Amino acid sequence: MLLLAVVVFNFILLSLVPGDIADTLAGESGGASQEVMDDIRRTYGLDRPFHIQLATYVGKVVQGDLGTSYYFNMPVTELILGRVAPTLLLVVTALVLAILIGTLFGVIASRRPNGLFSHFVTVLALVGFAAPVFWTAFLLIVLFVAMLEIMPLSGLVDPTTPRGTFSWYLDVLHHLFLPVLSLSSIYLASYSRLARASMMDVLGSDYIRTARAKGLGETSVTYKHALRNAVIPVITIAGLQFSHIFSGAVVVETVFTWPGLGTLAFESILRGDTPTIMGILFFSAMIVIVVNLLTDLTYRLVDPRIRSARNA
Amino acid sequence: MEAAAPLLEVEGLEVEFRTRQGVARVLDGIELSLEPGRTLGIVGESGCGKSITALSIMRLVPVPPGRIGAGAVRLKGEDLLQASEKRMREVRGKDISMIFQEPMTSLNPVYSIGDQIAETVRLHEGLSRRDSLDRAIEMLKAVHIPAAERRVREFPHQMSGGMRQRVMIAMALACQPSVLIADEPTTALDVTVQAQVFDLLKELQEKTGTAIILISHDMGAIAEMADRVMVMYAGRIVEEAATDEILESPRHPYTRGLIACVPHMEEEPPPERGALTEIPGVVPALTDLGSGCSFAPRCDHATDLCRSRAPQPFAVDADHRAACWLYGEAGTA
Repeated sequence: MLLLAVVVFNFILLSLVPGDIADTLAGESGGASQEVMDDIRRTYGLDRPFHIQLATYVGKVVQGDLGTSYYFNMPVTELILGRVAPTLLLVVTALVLAILIGTLFGVIASRRPNGLFSHFVTVLALVGFAAPVFWTAFLLIVLFVAMLEIMPLSGLVDPTTPRGTFSWYLDVLHHLFLPVLSLSSIYLASYSRLARASMMDVLGSDYIRTARAKGLGETSVTYKHALRNAVIPVITIAGLQFSHIFSGAVVVETVFTWPGLGTLAFESILRGDTPTIMGILFFSAMIVIVVNLLTDLTYRLVDPRIRSARNA
Repeated sequence: MEAAAPLLEVEGLEVEFRTRQGVARVLDGIELSLEPGRTLGIVGESGCGKSITALSIMRLVPVPPGRIGAGAVRLKGEDLLQASEKRMREVRGKDISMIFQEPMTSLNPVYSIGDQIAETVRLHEGLSRRDSLDRAIEMLKAVHIPAAERRVREFPHQMSGGMRQRVMIAMALACQPSVLIADEPTTALDVTVQAQVFDLLKELQEKTGTAIILISHDMGAIAEMADRVMVMYAGRIVEEAATDEILESPRHPYTRGLIACVPHMEEEPPPERGALTEIPGVVPALTDLGSGCSFAPRCDHATDLCRSRAPQPFAVDADHRAACWLYGEAGTA
């Protein structure tokens, strides 16, 4: 139901954009007569009333058909499926790294709230929040590609590497490094800050005092008793931010010409490739819903109070 | 019984907290001694230092801002204030256990109660996972939790406050400690549940011979449980004696006030119905205690001497001391 609303909304929104496929094609071929324009519009069904167009599109989406890309002249579903792997690789790696390292930073910082490391985390969070992703990305390029010359500038993999071999995977990782670093920097900052605050909150609670009174050492108190409680807000935010990181991926992919959905979305917007744009939007909406579901499941794993709320 | 060697002895304990307003001396010259199997009650208003006394014995006072300035805490002769942190971790939960005021928040919400009890046993006695869970079930039975085999797998949020406090007691007693410190164990519970928890503590004490330090602001609870009572005010002990003695003939004006504050149901209602007794005034800020008796501003008997010099504990009787100038002279202190 929600997805359907997304589809309809996207369709209406994009139909408000001035210009259509006929304008684009005519523009690219350097001009066309009114007859040719009308002909193109008829081919793509653009001459029909708006509500018919909408109904046709929705009907097709329900059957799993996202239409045909104007630019590539191939089914949008196929196009998206071909591009989804690099994006998921990028986004999931960035998110997982940001959560793991961010939480670890936060935990270490919370142990000594006034220590040097804690201040470092605060500054890191501030810089990470303030710096736009594309700026971070260019700085990283200047440092690692131009000055140190140890990282590739762009792409998913060196085209000369034989596909599927071990060195191919290694090369993908090599290419993945900078995009992941740029994309995760912002989230690393917010997770470390969140984890630090959450840990400090938990460390002041009564059950931590109980754990110490039982004779547990600080390591056990921190990593067993406190962390599992402190990580609950981190999971919440991570689930919510997944859609954010998706939009961040558009920027990062474009900067590094990473052949994923982000680049496709960006280019499709420039090309006025409406079916592809709508397809990608629909697909990201689906991903967000799936991720929300996963977040809820993770919750149940970590927090028994949520588990029994259903079973009680 | 009276001749038993002290199990736990506290001598001249001083604790300070650094605050924005200056250094607060939250404990000053605390002395106590506890024999095996006995119960010592500590009473006083909020903020008088009862809980800090307990945390100091466990060496769980947060440092900084806290600092144990002077004194000794001897457990079977060993000074815990000089012990290493590693040694303290052995003592906590094994020799001295503690239960807290808030059963609702004192258990970790994400672990089952069985895990939390078993954890202590595994830590101190090195039992296997299965054996320690068996001990947890045994302990749950000892604190009269029905269906212990099933309950052991449940989580804190599935239990009522009274049940959770029973779990805390089970956890605290799982390694048969020689001292149990109960910091306001029933304050957050219903009156009927309070009575059950006290009965349980007494029953377990008779079985195991654990000595108990019961901290409370409730004179009634203390009267029921304790053999001896220590009354604290603004970080000092103002009076100390056997429970019956204190209830029958309280000497310090503050203790008298406390006892007068307990409403009595069986007595004739006072002529002006509904009026409850109170001690006028509030506890002074610990950062600006003057040189005099800290109770003087609220005391009916205060003299110039009270306002200029703090009284030492004077012996009122062989076994009864009160820190009040009414019972000693300036020259003797």
